[in-house]
Amino acid sequence: MSDFNPNIRAFCCHYTSQQASSDHGEGLKQAGFPGNVVLDRLTCTGKLQVSTLLAAFEQGADAVYVVGCPPDGCHNVKGSQRAAKRVGAVKKALAELAVEPERVRMYHLERGLHPEFVAAAREMDTMTRALGPCPFNGESR
Amino acid sequence: MIIAERKPVAEILDMVRDAKKILVLGCRGCVTVCSAGGEREVEILASLIRLGRKKEGNPVEVAGATLVRQCDKEYINSMDQWEGQYDAVVSMACGVGVNFIANLRSSTRVFPAVNTSFFGGSVVQGEWTEQCAGCGDCILHLTGGLCPVARCAKSLLNGPCGGSQDGKCEINPQVACVWQLIHDRLESLDSKEQMLRVAPIRDWRPAGHGGPRKVVRNDLTV
Ligand code: SF4
Ligand code: SF4
Repeated sequence: MSDFNPNIRAFCCHYTSQQASSDHGEGLKQAGFPGNVVLDRLTCTGKLQVSTLLAAFEQGADAVYVVGCPPDGCHNVKGSQRAAKRVGAVKKALAELAVEPERVRMYHLERGLHPEFVAAAREMDTMTRALGPCPFNGESR
Repeated sequence: MIIAERKPVAEILDMVRDAKKILVLGCRGCVTVCSAGGEREVEILASLIRLGRKKEGNPVEVAGATLVRQCDKEYINSMDQWEGQYDAVVSMACGVGVNFIANLRSSTRVFPAVNTSFFGGSVVQGEWTEQCAGCGDCILHLTGGLCPVARCAKSLLNGPCGGSQDGKCEINPQVACVWQLIHDRLESLDSKEQMLRVAPIRDWRPAGHGGPRKVVRNDLTV
């Protein structure tokens, strides 16, 4: 299990990740952002559908997380609150399928590049390594 | 509108345990409006079935589609395009849709993905409440438009049971006593004397106690 390099997908709103993506991710890498976390940039996390998060698991993700604006400071007013609800729905669905609900998570962060953005990715990475491969992928690994 | 809720995924997975190719079939009618069985929910359930089966090491092909309605023969006929392609149809329509497929497609194995709950409406987004029980002999003209058949826990027709407290039903204090609501509304409409009316013994046959009901409109049949 020690060579397990989790496949992690992060869905971030444009505002939260804008500086993170501005220099092709170089700044992020230097700040210690794990290389196994694939960023998906969205115009707003409120646009994220439950089915998109589930599709990430179908495509082999071991964990999926969403980063949106603080609930009371969303650029699109309620976008990140909607996203949090949908993450909640996916948590429930994972639990129904007897898969650890921690494999999906919502973060509310201030916009721009800041240590918390990197810390969130590292937290997901550490947690996923501890959990091991997602049971959806268990058979194929 | 008919309100429905999706069944637990494990229950659905169990129904289609042996299927190799599944069609999840939504309905663009009531279940789309109550977010139980429309296009979005079809996508989600298709994904959950695939994930559930992948986890069991028994992957399955799942496709999704929606019909305009599943409670009309002409729309069920459009299922012919999938003839022979799936060994199970998981219908996200209300129970009527499942019955219609079963009635009209003798060789199609069809399973219900939702629990059909009640006739209701949405007062705030994401919350639905029962308003009518489809009893077939409407008495709303006598009760200020509020239904005691559907909304009184005991379906009382002659006023409150006596257990109501602070305007709440004794069966569930989260719910308003509909007879209190009826009384207050009739009073505000200056028709309180309606409360004194004694309802005649009711014929419950049109409420479903006389077997399956049927409506025929000769002006529409050809
Ligand atoms: S009286 Fe019967 S038909 Fe009328 S609203 Fe109540 S349940 Fe529905
Ligand atoms: S408290 Fe009101 S609503 Fe509840 S059972 Fe009695 S009459 Fe019906």
